[in-house]
Amino acid sequence: MLTDLTIAQAAAGLRKRDFSATELTKAHISAIGQLNGRLNAYITVTADQAETAATRADKTLAAGDAPTLTGIPLGIKDLFCTNGVRTTAGSRILSNFVPPYESTVTANLLKNGAVFLGKTNLDEFAMGSANLTSAFGEVENPWHRSSDSTALVPGGSSGGSAAAVAAHIAMGATGTDTGGSIRQPAAYCGIVGLKPTYGRCSRWGTIAFASSLDQAGPMTRTVEDAAIMLQAMAGHDPKDSTSASIAVPDYRAATTRSLKGLRVGIPAEYRPDGMSEELLAVWQKGIDMLREAGCEIVDVSLPHTKYGLATYYIIAPAECSSNLARYDGIRFGVRAEGATSLDDLYEKSRHNGFGEEVRRRILVGTYVLSAGYYDAYYLKAQKVRTLIQRDFATAFEKVDVLLTPTAPTAAFGHNEKPDDPVQMYLNDIFTVPASMAGQPAMSVPVALDSRGLPLGLQLIGRHFDEETLIAAGAALEKSAAFSARPDLRAGAAA
Amino acid sequence: MSLDPATTRRIARLARIGLDDQETETVRTQLGGILGWIEILNEVDVEGVPPMVGTSMNTALTRRPDAVTDGNCQEKVLSNAPDRAGPFFTVPKVVE
Repeated sequence: MLTDLTIAQAAAGLRKRDFSATELTKAHISAIGQLNGRLNAYITVTADQAETAATRADKTLAAGDAPTLTGIPLGIKDLFCTNGVRTTAGSRILSNFVPPYESTVTANLLKNGAVFLGKTNLDEFAMGSANLTSAFGEVENPWHRSSDSTALVPGGSSGGSAAAVAAHIAMGATGTDTGGSIRQPAAYCGIVGLKPTYGRCSRWGTIAFASSLDQAGPMTRTVEDAAIMLQAMAGHDPKDSTSASIAVPDYRAATTRSLKGLRVGIPAEYRPDGMSEELLAVWQKGIDMLREAGCEIVDVSLPHTKYGLATYYIIAPAECSSNLARYDGIRFGVRAEGATSLDDLYEKSRHNGFGEEVRRRILVGTYVLSAGYYDAYYLKAQKVRTLIQRDFATAFEKVDVLLTPTAPTAAFGHNEKPDDPVQMYLNDIFTVPASMAGQPAMSVPVALDSRGLPLGLQLIGRHFDEETLIAAGAALEKSAAFSARPDLRAGAAA
Repeated sequence: MSLDPATTRRIARLARIGLDDQETETVRTQLGGILGWIEILNEVDVEGVPPMVGTSMNTALTRRPDAVTDGNCQEKVLSNAPDRAGPFFTVPKVVE
């Protein structure tokens, strides 16, 4: 089936004329029609635009010398502004927002010939780890436990992207990662998710959550596909002053690189009390696979790991409270009815427009930045952040890459969500430190747990060394030979 | 760590998020829980440690030529306005 192909296979097939871009796109649109009603992975499906783009791709392919992604159908997280296509950030307050411009990352993908199938669901303003905070409804993970059909969360915040890729209703998708929002849903849905180094992809035109952490990246079914997509997404952009003016290497070439002599660090602090034996066993399996591929395994310490989450939950809300100040019902977005004054208009529009989790984070951020508390919370967190970054710098003097679990558990049920927000935040315990330090990191699916759900391992690299992640990730992928697919997917009996 | 209702209302006011009394109480309890959990950072000795600003990866910000590169897009700027009057965004009356 066309929907079963990887991006690399489809790109080759298009060039051999085995099928056309139009056929490939139509196969995906039809699968979305069958599955999206249940999965809710897409908020907006742009079928007509996709078919027009596919027709154009067929012409480009016929003319020869087409860029790599020509005719490849992708899902776009609904946090990337897309010219003329509604962009909601999963929020009521932007439910009517149609950007008159294109984000740099999506413009780069379009330039590379990609076809956009639609905008994928996410936690509101990318704030969440289960895709339960979207104003456009929950996303169902295409995977189910072998014992029962309980609906599980896809992870978050890029939950719609992860579910779409896992269910074969997109060949790949863009995600964004602030504290784990690419890697954790990738692990929950059994796919590959790569968060590049902070600065590798432009943030211009991506709706901001926490600007010192936000980074776009690819979500795909293989490491090679992640390399192909990142190649097109990355690069310096004068419109984002934090975008790095560093040449983008040939990522795809890194997939076949030898790992002989590569030093892999195993951080002691990623083994907290109460971690499941099953997850420890999968981690050990990953260690053994890399050792067999020629790597040297080295024990390392990242002593400030346990402070990562608390630091994150000061810095990220602080930045979010500032970034989200722009949504006030005046220039764009939804304006509340019946306001009696300007302040009343602000307060009503923001109360009605934001969901509970977003309001909570704005309020935490406002508190930690307010007079009298700034030094105790925000300044302190920035200093701890320095210590976290130094931990990584010290570890990377001894090793080339780190291997850890991606998330503390497999996907959980929609109705098994913890009531306490702090318990929910613990999902990101292994992904947040790399975000705080700006390191690139990738989740690779490695095994199924005893209940039949995917578990992922995380690789963390040096700044701007995504190539080593890709090389080590490809080796893990090869020896794990993870070929399981979810029960809900295009072409499978649903 | 517990917040008092007056502080909670002041924070909501600063954030321009209107909360009713029941919401204020829920937020007060939840914020108290989150701030209590964050106090783990008190264990960390940060004496002499500089704050990390941004991700400290750009050694110097670059400058661009001081030239106009964009503009003349009034209709685009106004295209999402919830309410407009000609070329202006409208707001409720602020001067009596």
